[in-house]
Amino acid sequence: MADASSQIASTVPTSRPGRLSEFWRYFKENRGAVIGLYIFAAFVLIALGADILAPYDPTAQNRAATLVPPVWQEGGSWSFPLGTDPLGRDMLSRLLHGARYSFFVGIVVVVVASFGGILIGLVAGFAPRWLDTIIMRLMDIILAFPSLLLALVLVAILGPSLTNAMIAIALVLQPHYVRLTRASVINERTKDYVTSARVAGAGRLRLMFITVLPNCLAPIIVQAALSFSTAILDAAALGFLGMGAQPPTPEWGTMLAEAREFILRAWWVVTFPGLAILVTVLAINLMGDGLRDALDPKLKRS
Amino acid sequence: MTGTASEPVVVAKALGRDYSVGGGLFSRPATVRAVAGTSFELYPGRTLAVVGESGCGKSTLARMVTLIEEPTAGALSIDGHAAIPANWAGLRESVQIVFQDPYGSLNLRQRVGAILEEPLKINRKDMSASARAEKAREMMRLVGLRPEHYDRYPHMFSGGQRQRIAVARALMLEPKVLVLDEPVSALDLSIQSQILNLLLDLQERLGLAYLFISHDLSVVRHVADDLIVMYLGRPVETGPKDAVFAAPRHPYTKALLSATPSADPAGRRERIKLEGELPSPLAVPPGCPFAPRCWKAQPRCRAERPELQGAPHPAACFFPEA
Repeated sequence: MADASSQIASTVPTSRPGRLSEFWRYFKENRGAVIGLYIFAAFVLIALGADILAPYDPTAQNRAATLVPPVWQEGGSWSFPLGTDPLGRDMLSRLLHGARYSFFVGIVVVVVASFGGILIGLVAGFAPRWLDTIIMRLMDIILAFPSLLLALVLVAILGPSLTNAMIAIALVLQPHYVRLTRASVINERTKDYVTSARVAGAGRLRLMFITVLPNCLAPIIVQAALSFSTAILDAAALGFLGMGAQPPTPEWGTMLAEAREFILRAWWVVTFPGLAILVTVLAINLMGDGLRDALDPKLKRS
Repeated sequence: MTGTASEPVVVAKALGRDYSVGGGLFSRPATVRAVAGTSFELYPGRTLAVVGESGCGKSTLARMVTLIEEPTAGALSIDGHAAIPANWAGLRESVQIVFQDPYGSLNLRQRVGAILEEPLKINRKDMSASARAEKAREMMRLVGLRPEHYDRYPHMFSGGQRQRIAVARALMLEPKVLVLDEPVSALDLSIQSQILNLLLDLQERLGLAYLFISHDLSVVRHVADDLIVMYLGRPVETGPKDAVFAAPRHPYTKALLSATPSADPAGRRERIKLEGELPSPLAVPPGCPFAPRCWKAQPRCRAERPELQGAPHPAACFFPEA
């Protein structure tokens, strides 16, 4: 059989573009998305290689050099390129390690929220009407709360830590996945290809995961990319409010909170973590927009 | 119905399907009678066509025969077994369906090979992967697809080719009955005849029974052996195709036939134009459902519903033609 298929492949010079290269062609058209992708790639590399890249231990305190300004400002030195914080910790090292936390938060939150959300959304889409109604009203209730407030309440109950903050954010983001999945499932479920799978004898689980789910993935992928940035932002906000990562951790939001009182005396302690959050979130959002354009079947031209 | 000594493969007796609609917070649910009192027998190697305008219950009938919808009234038996939900799983392999829209009926994420092999994967678990692929390739040959199409995605095909894929998929389980739900009405005229000829050819070779749903009488004239004309969920006339086409007895059938374009410019035609709309299936008139649009309607028609009866072939009319 392998022979047969390779033979056919060789006799027919198909110009069929792979799905990936087709995706790349559409994605490439969006300049901002490509820039976002590069920044995101750099962010991932920094997160992975923080140990190698960072000149200092992010929690090591250097009492001799507290609040040293960045290198280009008077009093700055190359030993601390972005300056130091009030405890004499190197800002650059802390920022690089902070990327690791943010990346971790983003990954964990998106994975937890999307898995749960997709599962619940699939169930709601296939469930009888009463169960669907119960699930969706429950999600509406969660959505009715301001998301940060709900996360704050959850963290207050669970106790402040980065793990609990991630759980809380995942819970808050989950309803978006549920609604998105359910909407596409309901849309796909009425199509004839699903009916013919049923006529062929496909069971409910096969219909859900093999027939329908792959056809619903495009909007979910976009949502995942966009909620990655929401997760980072929310984690930083919780950190800033003292409900996320706890002080020695070089998490960007926590760094902001710690440096708040020095905002007038030493601008760099607040500005750099803030900028880091801004750039990362912006890059991911740009990338998410590009993903949406590239994956939206309505915009496809072939 | 001569020349068929064999047993019917599908028998429907007074088949009916109701839907309850509405029933929101502020409204009482209403009942839509999508199909009612439909009986027929389908023999191997023969084609039974169901015709009628849209909304007359053709597709619901198709869905009941394909075991997607459960009838709410009457009895359906397939291949000698009662088609009740408990038996559905065992009967699945006997009845398959081809849909109208070849763009929606194929999963865009699967290659043609995977589409064709899916029914086998589900129903013949002991079959090896290479045997499945072999069978899929054989079926592709049978429906006129080239072997290199095996690895392609549906979006790379034209409508006619997609419909061939859909037919091939429906035949993978070697069914006895194929329900064709307007299989050619989404296709170009030139492609229509290709697909119809393919279907006729397959029927001859495999001895398939077709339940052919259509609103296109010229297509029906080409493929059907027997005919059911439906109006608002009920059959109004049934019989062998030639008899019905030659001498329609129900006024609705007559009107339908008069509306088909004819290729004979010299032939004199008396075209019957129906007034009014199809009544809402939520509020079916008490008497003959066709009475509000019928030019022959009498007071009796509005009070009593006529049964399918009479000779040479049955029609549900008190004052049949001829």
